[in-house]
Amino acid sequence: MFDKLQNSRNALGLIFMMPAAILLVLFLTYPLGLGVWLGFTDAKVGRAGEWVGFENYVFLATDSVTQLALFNTLFYTTIASVLKFFLGLWLALLLNRNLRLKSFFRAVILLPYIVPTALSAIAFWWLFDAQFSVISWVLVKMGIIDTYIDFLGSPWNARFSVIAANVWRGVPFVAITLLAGLQTISPSYYEASAIDGATPWQQFRYVTLPLLTPIIAVVMTFSVLFTFTDFQLIYVITRGGPLNATHLMATLSFQRAISGGALGEGAAISIAMVPFLLAAIMFSYFGLQRRVWQQGGGDK
Amino acid sequence: MASVTIQAVKKRFGATDILHGVDISIADGSFTVLVGPSGCGKSTLLRMIAGLEEITDGEIRIGDKRVNDLPPKERDIAMVFQNYALYPHMTVRDNMAFSLMLAKEDQATIDSKVGRAAEILALGALLDRYPRQLSGGQRQRVAMGRAIVRDPQVFLFDEPLSNLDAKLRVAMRSEIKELHQRLKTTSIYVTHDQIEAMTMGDKIVVMRDGRIEQTGSPLDLYDHPANQFVAGFIGSPSMNFLPGTLRRSGDALRVELSDGTQLDAPQQVGGMDGQPIIFGTRPEHLRLVSSDGARGAIPSRVVVMEPSGMDTFVACRHEGVDLAAIFRERHDFAPGSTIHLQPDMSCAHLFHAETGQRLAA
Repeated sequence: MFDKLQNSRNALGLIFMMPAAILLVLFLTYPLGLGVWLGFTDAKVGRAGEWVGFENYVFLATDSVTQLALFNTLFYTTIASVLKFFLGLWLALLLNRNLRLKSFFRAVILLPYIVPTALSAIAFWWLFDAQFSVISWVLVKMGIIDTYIDFLGSPWNARFSVIAANVWRGVPFVAITLLAGLQTISPSYYEASAIDGATPWQQFRYVTLPLLTPIIAVVMTFSVLFTFTDFQLIYVITRGGPLNATHLMATLSFQRAISGGALGEGAAISIAMVPFLLAAIMFSYFGLQRRVWQQGGGDK
Repeated sequence: MASVTIQAVKKRFGATDILHGVDISIADGSFTVLVGPSGCGKSTLLRMIAGLEEITDGEIRIGDKRVNDLPPKERDIAMVFQNYALYPHMTVRDNMAFSLMLAKEDQATIDSKVGRAAEILALGALLDRYPRQLSGGQRQRVAMGRAIVRDPQVFLFDEPLSNLDAKLRVAMRSEIKELHQRLKTTSIYVTHDQIEAMTMGDKIVVMRDGRIEQTGSPLDLYDHPANQFVAGFIGSPSMNFLPGTLRRSGDALRVELSDGTQLDAPQQVGGMDGQPIIFGTRPEHLRLVSSDGARGAIPSRVVVMEPSGMDTFVACRHEGVDLAAIFRERHDFAPGSTIHLQPDMSCAHLFHAETGQRLAA
């Protein structure tokens, strides 16, 4: 029987697949399933919940803090993603040129990405501190402002401050990925278009951008997903304050479920993010999916 | 259409000299082939004409216009790249129309020009396909179509056939030549393949290490190579070279090979008695003679026979030097046997043993 097993490709395939499958079930499917289930119960810390149907979702729909968190999340994701895209594209184009010390700059660009988020968040917390902010200090010394900026004290200041931190952290991923995309574009397209009479802008518009679209679609989908589900930065810098002005769905879910003990409600908030994430993925899949020119179909 | 004049053109990449002063004058409407082994600078020279590489020194003129400092689009040239460089996200039609669109031609003009090019190249049915959906030969034709629609002064071809398989290459060779005969646009064609050069060019420029070895018509290069390099490069299978010594007694001039074989040299060439030379003879100029004391015959040991039906190629060895012969007749020699080959001395080539230059008459 053992011999037979060794010779069966299907059985062997199944065996080799098991470790990955077990990990996925244990750490992805089970928590997700548990989350979905918890969302339909009134579980609290220390008390197994009872099935309450859509009660949590009905309550959240009318809860002003949740509504605010949803608005914050959409605002945060939109503004941060747009900024990351343009800054990332600009950096990628810059790094794609033949600069001196090119590899040095490429390494430097990656730094924000490899610093643990919690640590960089603490650094930003200091930069945004009401009393010790270096930014305020410099601006005051330069005579541009008179009083220190209250970065994290007022709602809109706080929102833009955390967006700035998120952009700083997220740009390297976008820039390096787009740079990799740029490097796959054969230089001969630029030579051909130069002979065809294209200006640098036209080369960007008609050669670079269309050829980069597939990479842009992938990198921006990931960027949107990461930003939408962001937790660490907010939790370290503002904990959702002031007046819930920077609460995102993820931080609110944590606050309600873990700090507040309302596991069912917290789970419901988390699950409520799923439709938005699916929508983002669908948009990228259908809106930016592979065009005819990219699809296979070899020589005919 | 225009002539192209290249005067004392040099190219330097950092400390490396790629071209050491090249002069070529290309007549209006001609088809000139730049040929040489890889790294000889032929592609660099073509790219300098196109404006894709800076000219370190010297001057390039297209027509009467000095183009050294003009960007590619103002040189009125079109180029066909080795990898075709078709824009993958554009259809065949858009690829060909791209330069016209950039030049802000109106739609009717674009349609008629693209239509004409498509007709010339039989691309009509493929206009709405993407490059990925085309075969190698079709892509090649689209690349030429993109060049044709611009109606340029000069066509530049950078090894356009090297990505095609052998059969298609032969077909496209005649297609390009036919196209040139039809359009009569000055064309400059770069290749490392001497057969392409011989079959396509009106004029061939043989280059090596950034210098021109010889310029001339295909048959001129074949019959009168200026040096041993050109002699060996042009022609396939390539010319045989045997070391020897020049023997002069009175008016008679002979070539003595290392084993003592005496060959009569009919044409008068310069050179002293006893001077070491390289004797060159093409495989088709070797005649099979009977072994018994044939005068002026080279005894050779047969190594390999390659009958192709049309002719028979025999690889031999003489005194440790490889010697190739081609016969129209069919022969069957046993490997290891000795045959006697008599070179046609009226077609012999004598080169200086050290410089490799052809001995002057």
